Amino acid sequence: MLLLLLTVVFIVSCKDKQEDEMIVYNKHAAKRQHADSVINVKIITEMPPTFDIGRKATSAEINEWDIDVRADGKGLPEGSGNATEGKAIFTQKCAACHGKDGEGGAYARLVAAMGDTVKTKTIGNYWPWSTTLFDYIRRTMPYNMPGSLKDNEVYSLTAYLLYRNKIIDSSKIIDARSLPGVVMPARKYYVNDDRRGGPEVR
Amino acid sequence: MERPKEEKEYSFNDSKKINRRLLLGSVAASAVIALVKTTTGQLVPAAVPKHVSVPPDPTKVQGPPPGALGTRSPFEQLAKKTSDTSSRTPLQSLYGVITPSDLHFERHHGGVPVIDPTAYKLVIHGMVKRPMTFTLNDLKRFPSASRIAFLECSGNFRSGKEEMTPQEICGLTSQSEWTGVMLSTLFREVGASPKATWFLAEGSDAAVMTRSIPMSKGWNDAMIAYGQNGEALRPQQGYPARLFLPGWEGNTNVKWIRRIEVSDQPFMTREETSKYTENIKDGKIRQFSFDMDARSIITFPAYPVQLDKGWVEIKGLAWSGRGKILTVEVSVDAGKKWYSATLQEPVLDKAHTRFRFLWKWNGHETEIMSRAIDETGYTQPTLQQLTDARGNDMGGYHLNPITAWAIKRDGRVLFKPEKWK
Repeated sequence: MLLLLLTVVFIVSCKDKQEDEMIVYNKHAAKRQHADSVINVKIITEMPPTFDIGRKATSAEINEWDIDVRADGKGLPEGSGNATEGKAIFTQKCAACHGKDGEGGAYARLVAAMGDTVKTKTIGNYWPWSTTLFDYIRRTMPYNMPGSLKDNEVYSLTAYLLYRNKIIDSSKIIDARSLPGVVMPARKYYVNDDRRGGPEVR
Repeated sequence: MERPKEEKEYSFNDSKKINRRLLLGSVAASAVIALVKTTTGQLVPAAVPKHVSVPPDPTKVQGPPPGALGTRSPFEQLAKKTSDTSSRTPLQSLYGVITPSDLHFERHHGGVPVIDPTAYKLVIHGMVKRPMTFTLNDLKRFPSASRIAFLECSGNFRSGKEEMTPQEICGLTSQSEWTGVMLSTLFREVGASPKATWFLAEGSDAAVMTRSIPMSKGWNDAMIAYGQNGEALRPQQGYPARLFLPGWEGNTNVKWIRRIEVSDQPFMTREETSKYTENIKDGKIRQFSFDMDARSIITFPAYPVQLDKGWVEIKGLAWSGRGKILTVEVSVDAGKKWYSATLQEPVLDKAHTRFRFLWKWNGHETEIMSRAIDETGYTQPTLQQLTDARGNDMGGYHLNPITAWAIKRDGRVLFKPEKWK
């Protein structure tokens, strides 16, 4: 009985000792050894690999927010759309700002094919990636009800705007497989920033 | 030595006088007093605000007791200049290098969201060992860091007419002391993959703003900031937490940040393709132009100041997204000769730096201007140098030309707009 009690006390005190151990981070510890004579203080000179702050993200919370679509199509959802359905949705939800057929109004002009005389930057003459259309329309349009469109509606609007900018035929079905393959006319003009500081103005 | 005579009145221009007593408490220099435009376009000092009662002698009445919040003097009429898409810092009205938080410029794409700090979370996932969620309290528990640095919109250039203030020309730059947790600390916590090359930063505004950022910037000096000038971020600057990327174009500093996805390629979001890219020569379009090149502007004397003959302290700001300001040169003869200005120490990395230059104006017409030189050896270009480098179709982003002010014989100071299209 006594032995058992002693064992328990020993185990508890060991545990206590471990939890009581103070760890301090001091990258200059080597120069200041004299100050470190306090019992039970462990000094580390490297930052701990983690601080154990925060919690594991659940798949549900990641999926709820992970709405981005990459240029290679990663992130595109199921569903599909076409230009005809897109025109109907555009008339109802987009034309008030962007003009009857995307030719511009209170807000940006969206339609002008590459080589057109229109100077404004549009999807047809400036946007380099077709996937950006889906990503952007889904995350923030229409302006008065951002993020309210269903995936099929977004596919249809994407198809309509690509068609209006003379990039696809009116009959093309736009979905997760076909959209990344739509090559935008302006893509070939894009180059990475080449400014580097130094004497040369770029 | 004879002391200067006590003046009874300050004169602002020949036609308007103001009683000195009304100005007690404001700084005794004519240049700092707010000017307003009359219906005839004449500039006159702002009147004493109607709700302020000014005692004949403040030493003969008790003032109000200590208050819970300090307030700006009612004589100081500071305001941002707003448009549909942005609001601009009144650079010409500020001293030193810190922008008061309520005067920090604003540019957002879906308005200012209201976020409950107790419900706030930041999710980091993608190419990481441990996808994690951090509350605001979690972020504040990590080792913290503070740094003073500017933040500038890459669309920060306006021109077109002579009657433009520094605020109107280049008020989309501001400076704060930012406090937060280094993003590198969070990358270590989640075990970000060494193979990752880009991350997506996403805001929780109605634009659900996204930008792709190279991991190297994330590891180097990126911060998830929750503090600004000693207090929590202002909602307009991303409350309760934002990405802060020292020296990089404002738009990449995603506000109200809710999610970071670690990846091995850029996402080609709308803001890094159809916006924040610029036409350069040969029909090319430049993308991922992150660094803000060196720039400076004289903020005094500048429109709408009415200059008096005699000694003038030319003052202004200089900054570079690529490091420290090495020198600011000032010309008072339309760019023929250049002289080094005095820089206010300490000169900080990627920070607004105050410069000053003493000059005695003799009343002749001239042009004054400044150019910044940073530690990479880059000299702020003229507009002509920019068009030479980028072509006449150059886009409106990353324009940092030398700004010239024309001083007229009658003391008017006017912006000298230049055309390039």
